[in-house]
Amino acid sequence: MTAGGTRVQLFPTCLVDEIRPEIGWAVVRVLEAAGLEVELPEGLVCCGQPAYNAGFHPEAQRVLLHVLAILDRTEGWIVIPSGSCADMLIHQSHELLREDAEGLALAHRVSARCREFSAFLDEDLGWRGDGLPRREASVAYHPSCHLSRGLGVTEPPKRLLESLRGVESMPVEGQEDCCGFGGLFSVKQADISAAMMNRKLDAVEASGADTLASCDLGCLMHLGGGLHRRQSKLRVCHLAELLAERLPDDEAADG
Amino acid sequence: MTDFGDRVSNAVRDDHLHIAIDRATAALRGRRQTALDSLPDFEDVRDFGRAVKLETIAHLDEHLVRFEENLTANGIQVHWAEDGEQANRIVLDIAKRHKARRVVKAKSMATEEIHLNAALEEAGLEVLETDLGEYIAQLAGHAPSHIILPILHMTREDVGQVMHDRLGVAYTDDPQEMAKTARTTLRQQFIEADLGITGANFGVVDEGAICLVSNEGNIRLTTSLPKVHVAVMGIEKLVPSLDELEKLLRLLARSATGQKLTSYTSLIRGPRRSPDEEGPEEVHVILLDNGRSQVLAGDQAEILGCIRCGACLNACPVYQQIGGHAYGDTYPGPIGSIFTPGIRGLKSSYELPQASSLCGACRDICPVRLDIPRMLLSLRRESRAVAPMGWTWRVGMKGFAFFATHPRLHRWVRNVGRFFLRRMADDGWLRTGLGPLGAWTKERDFAVPAKRSLTEEWRARKRKSS
Ligand code: SF4
Repeated sequence: MTAGGTRVQLFPTCLVDEIRPEIGWAVVRVLEAAGLEVELPEGLVCCGQPAYNAGFHPEAQRVLLHVLAILDRTEGWIVIPSGSCADMLIHQSHELLREDAEGLALAHRVSARCREFSAFLDEDLGWRGDGLPRREASVAYHPSCHLSRGLGVTEPPKRLLESLRGVESMPVEGQEDCCGFGGLFSVKQADISAAMMNRKLDAVEASGADTLASCDLGCLMHLGGGLHRRQSKLRVCHLAELLAERLPDDEAADG
Repeated sequence: MTDFGDRVSNAVRDDHLHIAIDRATAALRGRRQTALDSLPDFEDVRDFGRAVKLETIAHLDEHLVRFEENLTANGIQVHWAEDGEQANRIVLDIAKRHKARRVVKAKSMATEEIHLNAALEEAGLEVLETDLGEYIAQLAGHAPSHIILPILHMTREDVGQVMHDRLGVAYTDDPQEMAKTARTTLRQQFIEADLGITGANFGVVDEGAICLVSNEGNIRLTTSLPKVHVAVMGIEKLVPSLDELEKLLRLLARSATGQKLTSYTSLIRGPRRSPDEEGPEEVHVILLDNGRSQVLAGDQAEILGCIRCGACLNACPVYQQIGGHAYGDTYPGPIGSIFTPGIRGLKSSYELPQASSLCGACRDICPVRLDIPRMLLSLRRESRAVAPMGWTWRVGMKGFAFFATHPRLHRWVRNVGRFFLRRMADDGWLRTGLGPLGAWTKERDFAVPAKRSLTEEWRARKRKSS
């Protein structure tokens, strides 16, 4: 592990920050339990992805440059609990700023320090949960597209899950298929998005899992919203929450 | 394409369509996987194929000049068509010169793209599609819905019904039986045809030849029985030589139908050279631009490397939900969402690049690794100039960019928004809403923001501990 000792920066992502801060706290607990000191940079709002995906590239550039400038002033790894925001900072930032030499250099500097949460834990820290207390759950894992296809992070989340005692990974039909979230796609093309979601939810429900986990809150809001509408009893959570709740002294859950 | 939304909402509710799509795409995906397992260096061949196609496109002008020279040297007559209308006129002129009445056609996307059949029929010619799927589509009066399997939107049972209705044969849904009936009907017509029309899978520059593949042998007949053969070919379909062709054919067969190679591969090197040889007396190649040189000059030039295998359609979760016809033009699926705006203009097709969740399954499966998501984003950016976009989006995005770069002000609007969302919510969830929230809550509930954001709580804790 390089990029500056034990200090890491948390890029919380706008969704985690506002909608499900528990996920952010779970990330913090897992990282702290691994002996790291977590900092939250001031002034971060969003990585700019919504504007970028909607074709509003100048607007997206402004937002991205704002974020990159803040992160550039910090030290250590930047941990991102979202595959799609990590993909935005690590890959898309280069494409988006390809005509802005200075911005591109900044993007290269910052993206070299960016890590998606599960990849960081698995690949950089070699984190394993087999020493943690046993806790039963049958988990359907949803590999979000930007995590698996965008970043190529396919195995780390599975390895982390499988290291937990009492956790059973449930195979889901069409597991790799997109859930239909796609950011603004979910409202701009609501019919297609919902049709894709329903197919995914049918498969998840048929898997017999009691928990649906992913590394992207966007997909989870979409799938969780669909499950709530279906009055499903499935628990919907971020991978970080599954890990954090098994840590010792977690009775007084934050959030 | 104002009724794109209508077509989509009909398609997503069409259970019958989904049965047809699921059956076919599952079979195709499965077969592709088996075929891939038999080519251990598949990834290398993909890299090679991509490099070849991109290099060819980058020097397309030079390749085209040499291609024309070599075709001509082989006795093939070359025509250039700037657009579909011109291409159709060239075909009609050839037909007229030969007093042709009956035309047999092998499956070709380029001729679909320029609506050649309609032009021929309008001029009084009889046109018969000889690819089985295409033939059924013609019988049913449907446009193709997939670039490899034209009738992917029909179930076996649908096909049986169409044959029963249109040909008067007894109903059966046995594929073998149906194919037999179709072949018998078709064979008759070949003998009477005076013009054979095909597309081209590849143009081989060094050889001055075009390459055509099929699984049915109908291409052989189409290009050898009639006196005249006309091939309509997009200008981007070139490969430098037979070496590259051989590798690209392997990629194409595996990706398209999950075969190691298609059953029939024809290399057309010109008309017959003496009366006792087989083959047509005249061979014409029409090099079709129809917007391609525009695409070449733009940010999505990469799409011209497409070898039309259809794999991206089979992998696409959106295609799986809406089928081919919803795309409203010749090329459906991910390839279509880039190619259609390219050849028809974004003004009439700006909705296509929007209809993607950017999941990247197409990029992953594409044999020549075309970065379709990148091109979709690039088209979305270009759409802003031509798409009728509601002012709410423009203002919304400007506002987003402003507040996302002004954290203090953002906190203030966030507080207002959060207050209202939380007030309207029931136990943390919204079940209805207006605008985007209305679209969201049509089939899912919306989780409202937490009482306190992570950032707020973080600050509070820090204050407490210091
Ligand atoms: S874009 Fe790629 S996957 Fe799609 S049809 Fe073309 S070559 Fe095949």
